[in-house]
Amino acid sequence: MSDTPAAAHPDIDQATRDELRRQGILLTSMEELYNWGRSHSVWPLQFGLACCAIEMIAASMAKFDIARFGSEVFRPSPRQADLLIVSGTVTKKMTPQVVRLWNQMPEPKYCIAMGACAISGGPFKQGYNVLKGIDRFIPVDIYIPGCPPRPEALLNGLLALQEKIRAQKLSGPDAPRHLRADDPCEYPVPEFGEHDLLPTKNPVLWQAPIIVRKE
Amino acid sequence: METLEHLRDRLATAFPRSEVVIVNNPSPSAQHSLLISADHARVIARHLRDEADLQFDYCSNVTGIDWPEKEIIETIKPAQTDPAGGAAVGTEQKIKRLQPGYLEVVYHLYSMALGHGPVILRLRTLNRADRVELPSLTPVWRSCEFQEREIFDLFGVLFSDHPDLRRILMWDEFKDHPMRKDYVEPDDYEWEPTPHGPVLAKAKVHYAALTPVAAAALGTTPASSSAPAPMSTPGPIASPAGGPAIALPLAVETPPITKAPATAQSPTLNPAAPSAAPRP
Amino acid sequence: MNELTPPSFNPPSGAQVRAVHDAFHGDLLEVSMGPHHPSTHGVFRMMVTLDGETIVKLKPVFGYLHRNHEKLGENTTYLSSMPYTDRLDYLNSMTNNWAYALAVEKLAGQSVPERAEYLRVILAELTRLLNHTCLAGFLLQDCGASGTPLMYAFREREKILDLFEALSGSRMMCNYQRFGGCRVDPSPEWLTAAQSLTDGYGRFLDEYESLITQNEILMARTQGVGVLSPALAVSAGVTGPMLRATGVNYDLRKVDAYGFYPRFPFRVPLGDHGDTYDRYMIRILEMRESITILQQAFRTLPSGPIIDPKAKLRGFRPKPGEAYGRIEGPKGEIGFYLISDGSPNPYRYRVRPPSLVNLTILEDLCLGQTLADAVIILGSIDIVLGEVDR
Repeated sequence: MSDTPAAAHPDIDQATRDELRRQGILLTSMEELYNWGRSHSVWPLQFGLACCAIEMIAASMAKFDIARFGSEVFRPSPRQADLLIVSGTVTKKMTPQVVRLWNQMPEPKYCIAMGACAISGGPFKQGYNVLKGIDRFIPVDIYIPGCPPRPEALLNGLLALQEKIRAQKLSGPDAPRHLRADDPCEYPVPEFGEHDLLPTKNPVLWQAPIIVRKE
Repeated sequence: METLEHLRDRLATAFPRSEVVIVNNPSPSAQHSLLISADHARVIARHLRDEADLQFDYCSNVTGIDWPEKEIIETIKPAQTDPAGGAAVGTEQKIKRLQPGYLEVVYHLYSMALGHGPVILRLRTLNRADRVELPSLTPVWRSCEFQEREIFDLFGVLFSDHPDLRRILMWDEFKDHPMRKDYVEPDDYEWEPTPHGPVLAKAKVHYAALTPVAAAALGTTPASSSAPAPMSTPGPIASPAGGPAIALPLAVETPPITKAPATAQSPTLNPAAPSAAPRP
Repeated sequence: MNELTPPSFNPPSGAQVRAVHDAFHGDLLEVSMGPHHPSTHGVFRMMVTLDGETIVKLKPVFGYLHRNHEKLGENTTYLSSMPYTDRLDYLNSMTNNWAYALAVEKLAGQSVPERAEYLRVILAELTRLLNHTCLAGFLLQDCGASGTPLMYAFREREKILDLFEALSGSRMMCNYQRFGGCRVDPSPEWLTAAQSLTDGYGRFLDEYESLITQNEILMARTQGVGVLSPALAVSAGVTGPMLRATGVNYDLRKVDAYGFYPRFPFRVPLGDHGDTYDRYMIRILEMRESITILQQAFRTLPSGPIIDPKAKLRGFRPKPGEAYGRIEGPKGEIGFYLISDGSPNPYRYRVRPPSLVNLTILEDLCLGQTLADAVIILGSIDIVLGEVDR
């Protein structure tokens, strides 16, 4: 657990803790232990969308073996999953289902946008039926670029997510979403309109980034 | 198999009241096709399928094509010549002709039994608006079922006697026919990381609306927008915990703020955005 | 439909249970399988109507991966559609590339050098190995053999993907073919590696077959399940291994004789019953034939240019006209229908998707079968949603 942020115990520095560990004394806190346990048993939803899903399967197979990182338990039901890997192009026709799946997952839950399509629409961005990024409707924790990303990239994304989980404070103002009363755990599901989704984005969650031109 | 000309003559003899025309294909592929009239399409299709020496039992591919109406300008030169043997007199005449639009459905037929093909059938609707019925060939070849549904969905051709004519790719509430040439797609190009070409043109509309906000973020005007402030993400994949904003690599071509006229032309596209203040 | 008698809240007697059973007997249950379902191979959806466990009606619902391939193809140049074809049937990018290149070559009247034709055959057959291996793994997964067969399949897939990556730079999205040839020439080391993979592939198939083919559970689950008649298969435009499992001898490699396939003698395996087991077996046998094609191609691979020197990649504008080009993809006939109006973009760009057309008979195969069989039948049809919905 040497990679645990030392901020959990600001009064004991990392060197002391490492020295104590060598002596057989493990210093930890409830928060640290809890996060350590959570971060190493992230169960993804078995949910393939497009090309990236094949690489997601490959990541769980012999050569890459996502089981080394505690995430081999792909759950078919969103009720049992911690992690939504949006693995591929989200079409507008599929968007309500993805949001609904996200809503059905119990907190604490995380979302990885795998591949260019899930991030922004990718090569299919100009398509009339392609959602320009799943982060318009659900909050994304990790973005993995690539078309499709290699299985190693997915593993790297998973490691980044584990780091993020370990750094989460369980109390105070920057507590994660599921511990805050003011943050919704349910996100509005868009409906099918005559020309487009209604609404086309969740404005609370996503606004167009500001274009700043470097002078 | 016999040539397409033979086939056309055979069909014309068998169905004297139908119209069978060869549509020439000038490309090196030389895959010429037969244009048949819609009211005889199904009997001709059955004939092609059932005749012992034709046996086109396999309809491989069904394609919809949109041909919008088009203005054709023809230049007509007067035929009279100067009796003295000089250059032609009179002025050239330009005639504008409106070629009516139509929707076309193309069937590629092969024979699995005899191993020949393709024979290409074309059917045309009378126009693109209200006379868009064509006979469905699904009763002849089952393989047309989903492909004709797709053409109904994306082009708006109504296939009569189709067993299950519903939208197939888009949702049922959808109203447009997106593969038509005049389809206007929904504008959701609020943000483009690397715009070019037509996407840049679409994105610029939004950039124009965003410019005052950007100006606000630069500190030239008081920030009154609810839009988040720009932030930078050093890491390649991790996004900031709560913020949806992603900073651009700043190499994007945007409407230059300094050159934008301060006469409040640009912000009208976004009513929520504050009007641009003149830069000092 | 019978009148319902509401069940009592007291512990029911045997007679009451029977009454309830009789009351519900014949009642139909509508189940929506998908678009999120672990066994639908992506975002495919089936609206299934059940009488007990028996399927009485099944309507496939498409479009959840409709990413506007054809519209994008019309809005971009001929060459820049090539990477999009990779993403149609994303297991088999090489054959998609070839079908598209073939259609454009027909449209523009281009010729392809000998070495490039050989390379196309080699890569197409490697792709066929890849696809059929994955299919066998996924089919067993659908039967409930969770994990292990798929692990074996993906182990072999990785070997082929390593070859593709070494050649084209990408594992899955190879973008390798060009109009009039191929993009890069394989090195001698690559050819040696590919050859040794081909030589060892038979051993893998032997091992795999010894575990699977005679397996009693597989035979019980698949034999006589989802029987397709040859007449319906032809009428419904079913192509590829699905069609040949019914006994119809129609392989475009023989019928159209495109590429240099006539130079390589190989047999076309045909099925007898048209059931799910035949569809599995046909793929295994086709892989063995692919190995013989590959071995012949490696032996006789000529040297020379890999792309027609007259081929124009940038500023490519075919003359007005149209062309339909098709090849025997691993899933069936994949075709491209292109109409040119002389501009840099195709006027109409149409993909003939084998997976979508093969799904036409899904309902016919599933009627009268149980819901669990529908999963296996769907697995044996071998669909990829990127191509079904485009």
